[in-house]
Amino acid sequence: MLRVEDAQVSVEFTPELLNKFADIVSRYPAGKQKSGLLPILHETQAVFGWLSVDAMDKVAKYLDILPIEVYEVASFYSMYFLRPQGKYVLEVCRTSGCCLVGAEKIMDHIEAKLGVKEGEVTADGLFSWRGVECLAACGFGPVLQIGPEYTFYENLTNESVDTLIGNLKKGIKE
Amino acid sequence: MGRKLLLEHINVPGINTFDVYRSKGGYASVEKALKTMSPEAVVEEVKKSGLRGRGGAGFPTGMKWSFLAKPEGVARYLVCNADESEPGTFKDRYLMTYIPHLLIEGMITSSFALGANTSFIYVRGEMMPQIRILERAIAEAKAKGFLGKNILGSGYDLELYVQPGGGAYICGEETALLESLEGKRGNPRIKPPFPAIAGLYGCPTVVNNVESIAAVVPIINEGGDEYAKLGIGRSTGTKLISAGGNLKKPGVYEIDLGLPVEEFLYSDEYCGGIANGKRLKAVVAGGSSVPILPANLILKTLNNEPRLMSYESLADGGFVSGTMMGSGGFIAYDEDACIVRNTWNFARFYHHESCGQCSPCREGTGWMEKVLHRLEHGHGKMSDMDLLVDVSKKIEGNTICPLGDAAAWPVASAIRHFRDEFEWHVSNGAEAVTRNYGLAHYADPLPKPEVVA
Ligand SMILES: Cc1cc2nc3c(=O)[nH]c(=O)nc-3n(C[C@H](O)[C@H](O)[C@H](O)COP(=O)(O)O)c2cc1C
Ligand code: SF4
Ligand code: FES
Repeated sequence: MLRVEDAQVSVEFTPELLNKFADIVSRYPAGKQKSGLLPILHETQAVFGWLSVDAMDKVAKYLDILPIEVYEVASFYSMYFLRPQGKYVLEVCRTSGCCLVGAEKIMDHIEAKLGVKEGEVTADGLFSWRGVECLAACGFGPVLQIGPEYTFYENLTNESVDTLIGNLKKGIKE
Repeated sequence: MGRKLLLEHINVPGINTFDVYRSKGGYASVEKALKTMSPEAVVEEVKKSGLRGRGGAGFPTGMKWSFLAKPEGVARYLVCNADESEPGTFKDRYLMTYIPHLLIEGMITSSFALGANTSFIYVRGEMMPQIRILERAIAEAKAKGFLGKNILGSGYDLELYVQPGGGAYICGEETALLESLEGKRGNPRIKPPFPAIAGLYGCPTVVNNVESIAAVVPIINEGGDEYAKLGIGRSTGTKLISAGGNLKKPGVYEIDLGLPVEEFLYSDEYCGGIANGKRLKAVVAGGSSVPILPANLILKTLNNEPRLMSYESLADGGFVSGTMMGSGGFIAYDEDACIVRNTWNFARFYHHESCGQCSPCREGTGWMEKVLHRLEHGHGKMSDMDLLVDVSKKIEGNTICPLGDAAAWPVASAIRHFRDEFEWHVSNGAEAVTRNYGLAHYADPLPKPEVVA
């Protein structure tokens, strides 16, 4: 999955980001700083859009743990991206409850509208999309979310999806 | 009309703020517990209440609390399970979104009872908006002296933190959750030792569901005996039900345990019946992991008694004709739903979410997904149904954690109750891709309760 050109991307953590890391680590008992790994990876991905090897190595260094301890976590959890994504990743719930109210048709519509298959990025770099598992909003389906804030959209229709994508192209989220 | 213990004030404007929540009697349980009760007395009230864990397993909360080891000089932890990833379940997200202080209040009172000075709420990472809501609520409570050092002058200290997950259903399993909270992959631990002896950082730990913790608030305010008067038999109190699927009024409802399923489904106070004038075909009553039942078995038991929304009544008939309360994730399937496609959808879910530690679960869920995929897409064989049952039996009971069982039961129950629909998929492969089997004989046998215009 990992492409060579992706592996060479290097990153710089700003003082602001490092402050966030420090705040996270302060929550745990002395010596248990590894507990901060998941939240720190979220903060890192929120800044860079995905987790490059260099970013993961720098997180490992920050937490004083081995790089492999970061890789194994980043690859286990579905929210972490190990390669670049669109600026907006549309994540549609594909599980039973939402399928009963049309989630599959919404995914077909998104695929047609964006012109890219699940997991691919549009040519302008703005969008990618994928199906994800139940998002705990089954009564309000179909639903989708967009990171890094995980803004949430419920009761989707083709029209509301069109509006959403149109707005995102103008840089309007919400 | 049932009593609302958790959601009574959910529609009050501003109830998500400390001041409005407090003006509605919020944080009274903290005052009562910290100023007038011993930790042991709080545990005693929870025991008396008969509260059973709302996360899925239904284990009595008071009893779980009394198992917590208390070695001298060792920290104890309370960890709230807000991973809510069981398909069909969306009550915890709802509660945290609209009335976050109820959870914070429950965490303070419960942490006091357990002697925990640091507690965590582990929220699934996708719920970033809810994480922000909880962090704001915690900051407010702290500013008002309900968290931090020497709470309300009682000498009791508590810090409360919110921890995000990374997107993995398995982290709802309590030992996987603790691994994840320690910054690792969510691989469930082999038990024993149980978390009550060796949990977070090897210290004694209690893990409880959001709704269980929230229920501690009315239990302490009104007393365990009062709480136990609600409900039926060993199913005491109220329960949040997440109702979704083909319903007129999907949503989160607080019911008195013991409410007839029929009333829950069809009365206007609750789900209001099936959407679009359709008829009910099947129900998953407690989240995707519990056996699916055809309409005729969810409304009445085999003995022709009305089925009730209670732990005992839903389980009546065992796996032959019953199901389970689970997490209260209630999914209604109408006459257009395809049971084969739905079973494949669930199997894909469990295959995707298996942590991969045990071969029966890792390999078995993959096989089930594959076989169900070919059945759904018209390439199945008549022997596939027995193959699926065989695989499910080889997973069940042979794994480290209950995800294996949770993956096996939906498949086994779908074949048990809907075998002819599966067979139709095999014998009419081409047709099965373009149209559904329909209601067949699974419909509810009662006079049609709704008038179709
Ligand atoms: C695969 C799996 C997923 C689970 N997911 C959740 C969950 O999302 N939320 C939850 O509260 N309990 C979940 N549980 C149950 C927990 O392991 C645990 O029993 C529960 O959090 C205890 O809290 P309670 O006693 O208050 O119900 C899950 C169990 C398994 C096996
Ligand atoms: S049963 Fe499945 S999810 Fe549970 S520990 Fe084994 S492989 Fe992991
Ligand atoms: S099935 Fe889509 S949110 Fe639960």
